[in-house]
Amino acid sequence: MSVAEQPRVETPPWTATLNEWAATVDHKKIGLLYIGMSVVFLVVAGVEALLMRWQLIVPRNTFLSPQIFNQMFTMHGTTMVFFVGMPILIGIGNFAVPLQIGARDMAFPRLNALGFWVTLFGGLLVYFSFLTGGAPDFGWFAYAPLTEKTFARGPAADLWALGLIVSGIGTVTAAVNFVATILGMRAPGMSLWKIPFFSWTILWTSVQILLALPPLTAALIMVVFDRQLGAHFFDAQTGGSSYLWQHMFWFFGHPEVYILILPGFGMIAEIVPVFSRKVLFGYEFMAAATMAIVFISMGVWAHHMFCVGMNRTLDLYFAGASLLVSIPTGIKMFNWLATMYGGRIWLASPMLFACGFLSMFLIGGLTGIMLAAAPFDFQLSDSYFVVGHFHWVLIGGTLFATFAGLHYWYPKATGRMLSERIARWQFFLLFVGFIVTFGPMHIAGMLGMPRRIYTYDANRGWDIWNQLATVGGLIQAPSYLLFVYNIIASLWKGRPAGDNPWDAWTLEWATTSPPPSYNFEEIPTVHSRRPLWDLRHPDDPDWQYE
Amino acid sequence: MSGELLKPPAIVPYRGPSAAQWGMLAFLLSEVAFFSTLIMVYLVFLGADTQEGGRGGPTPAGVLSLGLVIGTTICLLSSSATIHLAERALRRGEETAFRLWWTATIVLGVVFLAGTAYEWRELIAQGLTVRRNLFGTTYYTLVGFHGVHVTVGAIVMSIVLALALRRQVTARNPHGVELVSWYWHFVDGVWVVVFAVVYVVGR
Repeated sequence: MSVAEQPRVETPPWTATLNEWAATVDHKKIGLLYIGMSVVFLVVAGVEALLMRWQLIVPRNTFLSPQIFNQMFTMHGTTMVFFVGMPILIGIGNFAVPLQIGARDMAFPRLNALGFWVTLFGGLLVYFSFLTGGAPDFGWFAYAPLTEKTFARGPAADLWALGLIVSGIGTVTAAVNFVATILGMRAPGMSLWKIPFFSWTILWTSVQILLALPPLTAALIMVVFDRQLGAHFFDAQTGGSSYLWQHMFWFFGHPEVYILILPGFGMIAEIVPVFSRKVLFGYEFMAAATMAIVFISMGVWAHHMFCVGMNRTLDLYFAGASLLVSIPTGIKMFNWLATMYGGRIWLASPMLFACGFLSMFLIGGLTGIMLAAAPFDFQLSDSYFVVGHFHWVLIGGTLFATFAGLHYWYPKATGRMLSERIARWQFFLLFVGFIVTFGPMHIAGMLGMPRRIYTYDANRGWDIWNQLATVGGLIQAPSYLLFVYNIIASLWKGRPAGDNPWDAWTLEWATTSPPPSYNFEEIPTVHSRRPLWDLRHPDDPDWQYE
Repeated sequence: MSGELLKPPAIVPYRGPSAAQWGMLAFLLSEVAFFSTLIMVYLVFLGADTQEGGRGGPTPAGVLSLGLVIGTTICLLSSSATIHLAERALRRGEETAFRLWWTATIVLGVVFLAGTAYEWRELIAQGLTVRRNLFGTTYYTLVGFHGVHVTVGAIVMSIVLALALRRQVTARNPHGVELVSWYWHFVDGVWVVVFAVVYVVGR
């Protein structure tokens, strides 16, 4: 299909464009706003990480003071989880879900806009703390009593808690919206078991958000009450309990990692079949495995707390339950491989990132199984091994999947192709840099290096591993800059994409690129999981096999 | 396939809850998670003040009296009935009856709030504050957040009433009223649990 060059149109004044984006209720624009916000915060949090790596490159370095170092790791973690990870996935979901299920918009467009702005301002509120004499410095999981007035005297802790309450409300509105849209607004014929897999994972991520985010909000409110009203929730000296905060935080914190990975699973399950030219292997098993992960992972939170000194029964339960999660996750792993097996694999940039995901997430999952075993965790809890592990799943898992998804849907969102050449450079720099950064951290951790220390002595045997990690960080850094350059430059330089550049099968590829504000002129009717295949191949439609 | 195209099976139309109903259910699920946390925390700290190292001060058995709270509970629970009658009246097109029952619901909600305010004044007079001890901390947080939900419900219902008086809520669009009534039933349901935990088990 050839696409004609668009005729030149008069450029509207910049105020009109600004107003259009600031006041928009279109799910596609809101999705892009979420993604734009997340990319900005990604760069900010990446700079924070690099500053820490530079401090740790040699023993007894004085590049950052201990105070600043603590602020950096707190803000890096908080930003990456709340203002990069969740918003970028919600953004991709916002853009893709209504298109995938054949709807004209989300169920509540204005609530959708509210959710975005509230999330953004929550992020700005947390960052405002820099102007009030220093950012929070108690780590992203903010263990009590460090957040109490006695230990955190400035307003940073209040701004941190309020910012997360505010952005948490935004996240919950997004989840409500996704549930309403996916369950109530699917195209005629799209029964529950015909939902495109990415939308399916967004549905269950949303359920998990609804269950896990409000307890965090409640706990944060208690922090604010302790600090502002003189309440005693986490004040151990007056009968309060810092242990309770750990339980409440991780009751959110552990499901959170599944909130961050499930949409990634969804994107991989869209991309692997399209670029292997086969249907997704075992859709039903994959769908059921998604639900199983949601349910099991609601009951594993205290595996973050083995070293607190819970009793043996709880240790056993939480270790066992955590190991159970690997079963549905393993099902997914094998099904992706079975989808690729015998397929005609096309290693375009989305598939390249998907392969990066498959290999790296597997390793992250394996170190996860190691840490789930309580006796192993007793040795390595709060060491660099843990830092290596969760970066391996969050970058090797979530981030690789997110880049796969962004490269996959960019042509749909903009009507232009990304530069494949830059995308390949980006991938290989990230892949190599990532392994060089986080691989050595596992070894430093096993050699006894605790996390969150601002410096170390030369005679510990940690130097080489820290130097490697810093070099890895420096290899990664240009990869993110290449990505930012690619998504901006391709808006003008990119090859026109056409409606369906990847020859995919779900409904978002049935409309134009970029889609009109109403998405579909006529709401399509769905008979199978690959409606576009049915449309293109009326002689051999999918529904006769499903 | 030989030339002739296959005819797809007929489509089964969707008959489940509407998007707005799913949205309200999802929102209420998040509220369940929120209140579960507050209730759990209340139970965790129950009796912590009288243990060694505790702050002492007023205890639930010492200061909570059942008389007033049974009255306000009856008000709140009967408001679930009145809002149901209001919704039914609207569906049948009896708009005057709707407005009457709807107003009654708002009044019952406000009476509940007034009762709570009176109760809190008494408790504060007896020295129970958020600062005093863990009972105060957890009690005001749990009952307070429930009260905030009753207040929000009363405000939303007042807005609906204003719209109804301007003939903008009629039998032809009962869906908003239905969702508000779901929320209200939920808030009442939460109160049953809070009442059981704070005034029955916790005393």
